[in-house]
Amino acid sequence: MTTMQSAVATNGHAAVTRASLRRGALPLRRRAMDILSKVLMSISLLVAIVPLILVIFYVIQKGAGLLSWDFLTEDIVASPRRTGGGMGPAVAGTLLITGIASLIAIPLGLLGAIYLNEYGRNNALARFIRVMADVMTGVPSIVMALFIYIAVVLTMREKTGLAASLALAALMLPVVLRSSEEMLKLVPDELRQASAALGSRRWKTTLSVVLPAAISGITSGVMLAIARAAGETTPIVVCAGIAYGISWDPMVEQTALPAQIFVNAALPFAPAVERAWGAALTLMIIVLVFTIAARVVASRFAIKNR
Amino acid sequence: MTQSRTLTQKDRGRINDRAFWLLCVTAGVAVLGILAAILVSTIQQSWPALSNAGANGFFTSTGWDPNVGKYGILAFMFGTVVVSLIAVLFAVPVSIGIALFLTELAHRRVKAVVVTLIDLLASVPSVVFGLWGLYVFSSWTKPLYEWLHDTLGGIPVIGALFGSVTGLNFMTAGLILAVMIIPIITSITREVFDTVPAADKQAAWALGATKWEMIRGAVLPHSFGGIVGAVMLGLGRAMGETVAVALVIGAAIQVTPNLFAPGYTIPAAIVNLFGESSGEFTAALIGMGVVLFVLTIAINLLAQVVVRRAEIRMKGAVA
Repeated sequence: MTTMQSAVATNGHAAVTRASLRRGALPLRRRAMDILSKVLMSISLLVAIVPLILVIFYVIQKGAGLLSWDFLTEDIVASPRRTGGGMGPAVAGTLLITGIASLIAIPLGLLGAIYLNEYGRNNALARFIRVMADVMTGVPSIVMALFIYIAVVLTMREKTGLAASLALAALMLPVVLRSSEEMLKLVPDELRQASAALGSRRWKTTLSVVLPAAISGITSGVMLAIARAAGETTPIVVCAGIAYGISWDPMVEQTALPAQIFVNAALPFAPAVERAWGAALTLMIIVLVFTIAARVVASRFAIKNR
Repeated sequence: MTQSRTLTQKDRGRINDRAFWLLCVTAGVAVLGILAAILVSTIQQSWPALSNAGANGFFTSTGWDPNVGKYGILAFMFGTVVVSLIAVLFAVPVSIGIALFLTELAHRRVKAVVVTLIDLLASVPSVVFGLWGLYVFSSWTKPLYEWLHDTLGGIPVIGALFGSVTGLNFMTAGLILAVMIIPIITSITREVFDTVPAADKQAAWALGATKWEMIRGAVLPHSFGGIVGAVMLGLGRAMGETVAVALVIGAAIQVTPNLFAPGYTIPAAIVNLFGESSGEFTAALIGMGVVLFVLTIAINLLAQVVVRRAEIRMKGAVA
């Protein structure tokens, strides 16, 4: 505040003689502070970007040598000391587990979002659900994994791919719900009114007018949620068990890429660590493809704001 | 005839409408159901460990030996707090810097690129950060830690923080976590900065303020509440982060002021030990899960109250 008052004073004074609004007219200390702040902002940006680049660089450098069609499709070797083998069961498991989780979480999250934005709006229940969904977003994945372990694995008496899917679905649900709601909120009310004026009911308006208008934003949010879910490790470790061969049956034990990275990284054998890097590269490719696709979908088909 | 047909159509429409509403409400309420189910089922399963927590020193003892039935989780709680505090301490200034860069400094094109990069950072799976931290980052930081130990280790009181260096330690875990929570703190802080009224900024410009003076005089005071909320959300994330920490913290059950010593956190312990546990041991691990759940929920709720209150005040300022 004092600097601003002094700014007024110097400017007022300058106006009497000759107004100089050039940068050079500023006192050195103020100019230095300004430049310093800009430098610090740029440095903080670098502090975040450099690790990202380094992580991507090392994953490619250490994983690229292993990546091949065989690595993606072959069974996992039973002894971690041995070289060779692939990540086939983990790739299949990641696709299967994440796929089933998406099939559960996306419809549920979308319907919930429709309730919040089209029906509940600002009533007490909708506001409560909103707060709780935000809280649920913050629930650590390990807690969600323990919950599904208790609720599903203990009752079925075995670890299954399905159990891991349910845990991932529970983690995805609040993300899908809140991001879809934000997109529904962007749909102009005139569209709803026009549809209502033509005599359609609420459900018809929602399904045939509101949803199509918001679908690109919703898709982008959903894809980001899928990318996050594909990288979740703890639900797989706690609920899915282990597998060495490819199986597409969700009712048996499964494995997935994040779990393989986690388990192999902690082993003291060089071939296992190498496989961890290979699996990391595979997982990164899957996640990045989804993330970038989400960006493209969002920007290409964005709703024009009124 | 025609009248009755239109009536049935109308009825069917109404039934469809009610059915669709019911479907949507059910989906919305599912969120509440899942949260309640988590709380009930985890507490129920961990009851053997939690019910005599006072007598066993569940919360107050560092003694942890499942073989003889000793379950004191103090060292794990200590590790969780230390690691998340390190993470927040490093992530907050960086995140605020990036958010300011995005809202006040960057051109539109640069902004789009930076936002994409931060999104990418957010989407890197935590296990990949853990792998990188274990095999790359920790070997880089070791010489730095040793230098810090040599130069600062001798100072009384503060020196205790910079004790002898072990390869995997609190500091490495905290730094990795910091990188992981930067995106979330940045995105919330940026939203808060975006709500600063243009009139406040223009007033600062009109008084002849430089960009930094405008930020200090108009943007930061206006955003304080929102930033506090963002920091708390970041803290909640850091506390719950599991696999990256599990890989780089070194798995040692101890309470020590030395930041360069190995430690353990609650989530890391659960994911590492759960597979080999049974009976009371499992109950104790799930009890640790309950502690983590309650802590993160409390922090998240508090953060939301803070953010929301700050939002209301900001809207008041606009009107």
